[in-house]
Amino acid sequence: MSDVVLGIENLIVELPSWSDRKHAVSGISLEIRRNEILCVVGESGSGKSVMAKSILRLLPEPHVRVTEGRIVFEGEDLLALSDEEIRAVRGGRIAMIFQEPMVALNPVMKVGRQIDEVLEVHSALKPAQRRTRIVELMHDVHLPEAERIIDSYPHELSGGQRQRVMIAMALAVEPALIIADEPTTALDVTTQAQILRLIRELQRAHGTAVMFITHDFGVVAEIADRVAVMRHGELVELGAAAEILNRPQVDYTQELVAAVPSLTPRVRDPGPAPAPLLVVHDLVKTYGAGSGFLGFGSGRKVKAVQNVSLAVGRGRSLALVGESGSGKSTLARCIIGLETPDAGEVRLDGERISGLSRRDMRPLRRDLQMVFQDPFASLNPRHRVGHIIALGPMIQGVPQEQAWADVRELLKLVGLKPEAAERYPHEFSGGQRQRIGIARALAVKPKLIIADEPVSALDVSVQKQVLELLDELRRTLNLSMLFITHDLRVAATVCEEIAVLQNGRVVERGATADIFARPQAPYTRALLDAVPGVAWQKTA
Amino acid sequence: MKSFRERFLGNPRVVAGLAWLVLALILALMADVLAPTDPFAIVGDPFLPPGAGFLLGTDSLGRDVLAGLIHGARTTLLISILSTLAAVAFGTLVGALAGYYSGIIDDALMRITEFFQTIPSFLFALVLIAILSPSATNLVIAIAVVSWPPIARIVRGEVLSVKAREFVQAAVVAGQRDSAILFSQILPNTLSPLIVTGSLLVATAILTESALSFLGLGAPNQMSWGFMIGAGRSFMREAWWLVTVPGVMILITVLSINLVGEGLNDALNPRLADL
Repeated sequence: MSDVVLGIENLIVELPSWSDRKHAVSGISLEIRRNEILCVVGESGSGKSVMAKSILRLLPEPHVRVTEGRIVFEGEDLLALSDEEIRAVRGGRIAMIFQEPMVALNPVMKVGRQIDEVLEVHSALKPAQRRTRIVELMHDVHLPEAERIIDSYPHELSGGQRQRVMIAMALAVEPALIIADEPTTALDVTTQAQILRLIRELQRAHGTAVMFITHDFGVVAEIADRVAVMRHGELVELGAAAEILNRPQVDYTQELVAAVPSLTPRVRDPGPAPAPLLVVHDLVKTYGAGSGFLGFGSGRKVKAVQNVSLAVGRGRSLALVGESGSGKSTLARCIIGLETPDAGEVRLDGERISGLSRRDMRPLRRDLQMVFQDPFASLNPRHRVGHIIALGPMIQGVPQEQAWADVRELLKLVGLKPEAAERYPHEFSGGQRQRIGIARALAVKPKLIIADEPVSALDVSVQKQVLELLDELRRTLNLSMLFITHDLRVAATVCEEIAVLQNGRVVERGATADIFARPQAPYTRALLDAVPGVAWQKTA
Repeated sequence: MKSFRERFLGNPRVVAGLAWLVLALILALMADVLAPTDPFAIVGDPFLPPGAGFLLGTDSLGRDVLAGLIHGARTTLLISILSTLAAVAFGTLVGALAGYYSGIIDDALMRITEFFQTIPSFLFALVLIAILSPSATNLVIAIAVVSWPPIARIVRGEVLSVKAREFVQAAVVAGQRDSAILFSQILPNTLSPLIVTGSLLVATAILTESALSFLGLGAPNQMSWGFMIGAGRSFMREAWWLVTVPGVMILITVLSINLVGEGLNDALNPRLADL
């Protein structure tokens, strides 16, 4: 077919001998045609990024290298090109958009100059013409005040604006193919929705082929024409987006689609509202109030949490939903005592716990525990799992033997083998580590658990298992939970009540079902609309 | 992924360095057995070249150079290892407190550290010995005093970065005390850069000790490599071995420590070495 822009034929990428598997990509063949978006979906370790990097020969050779196959682009095998020739293709005929624009852009160079560099290398335009072209590009990607942004440094722009700059760079010389590696993963949902719309719009206008790498089926539903599902370096399924999303043939794809948290809100148990267990009243936390050394550098104040009040009923769970910078994590840290609030109070079971010293707080740790976000950073790599879990109870005065016996029970409870107690965290996968983190929080038999984005670092299928585990534990142990998340889908699955935070304030609060059916605040409505794949999930 | 032991001992440079260091340690520990006579005793004619009677010849007073080397290994290694241990202990304490408590404690401790760092270290050691009078203990003190600041800075940086990790917050939430968090959660995770810097610090300490002894400010009545070079320097043209032999000992020992230190670094941070 003449429409084919890029053809990958039987690509094999070998990993270094000390890796846990031999090939990062084992025998992939696929094609991308003109004027289409091909989504490559897979969980972490599926080899999707390695495949994309091998197209532009960006692999960390010689440790990771292509051993077999061809990558044919515009009639030429990219793998056979000289270094000089591949450099002309990179950024010229094939452009790349990376996941984290803050890292992909040079922090000490003005963004206009960074776009200019691409034009300088790949076009014959004169400096004045290039400037006009840059302004044009900035209009194309809907960057406001192009003249000002040209002379800005990356840190002066927001995450969404930086990603727009990256897209402008990618479009600068009208490439035939754009490879986008998780370009919206680091962005907030509302920004993500805008960027997805922009990519779609520009791709239609220019007829470019786009290879879009993602782990999120919601994003796939928003943007894909065709979908390639990868697992362990192999192509599992390839087909039109509607087919794969609605009628997946292969078991693995079916599992992945089923694991996407549904938008069906959880319903509150009937009956009278239980007495509140945790009450937060008028809490305020401002950062940057103090001055620096010798009074210099008294920076501007950031009002992270502004007069927030909320309550979690006994046995209930409340989701705090908000984008980055909404103050949701700060609020959690104030409640658990990792930060001291400036004003307001926190009561647990009627007892005031805010403003206590660390020593006075110690006995209350029994009732209030936390599950952390990053399963790789939240377990001390030098301690055995058993030691990590038993620490809390032992501080509370449980004798060592009793604590270790409890650890084995807890490990069984969270779905791990009791022998795991003797091993170190690095021997476990991300999902297993998060189970250990949950066991640690449960070890002191708390009444309330604060979970700070506990599944955002996990793959969807693992995410589903961990959410189910949390749910089951809540029911069997009659736990209350404060669940912090940026993902409305996750909030809907786990919690019967939601509080939406924006810029440190609660903009809406209520039963999940009510908020989903009749969102009141404009911000809540925007958040709901921005959930990727919302149309697909409603029809499914 | 290979284990630490394989990565460390699989490196030929580490093996060579370790072999020499083990030899030097054996010399130091067995000095009284290997060379039972006092290294300061006059045992033959002066300026006997290396050969049959005395393997490495005799010096200007007819002392056995080989016996001097063996006993010198003991003095030099003992002083440099003890001073490094002292510097690492003190530097770690200062760095850990500064990094963990930050704020005003950090400011105060780091200003003091910088004060020590801005004085040229060898001159500082010289002044300290001149004030304290030369002795083995004072050498240890002087070398430790000039070498702890880099350790403090490294530990502070590591503590700052480890402190931000979630497992430390988890320990706070579990109710662990500050001191326990610092010693059981944070410091064990700062060990690898500490071990590498500490091992390289031994090499610097050997050089400082030798230089001080060369100037006659070493431990009195104790043979050391620097002292031997200092005593032999006026006879370099007549008796080359007096300076050369202890000089080469210092060179090889310092080189070996550096090889082992870099090997440790590569083995503890495999990603840097591999990619």
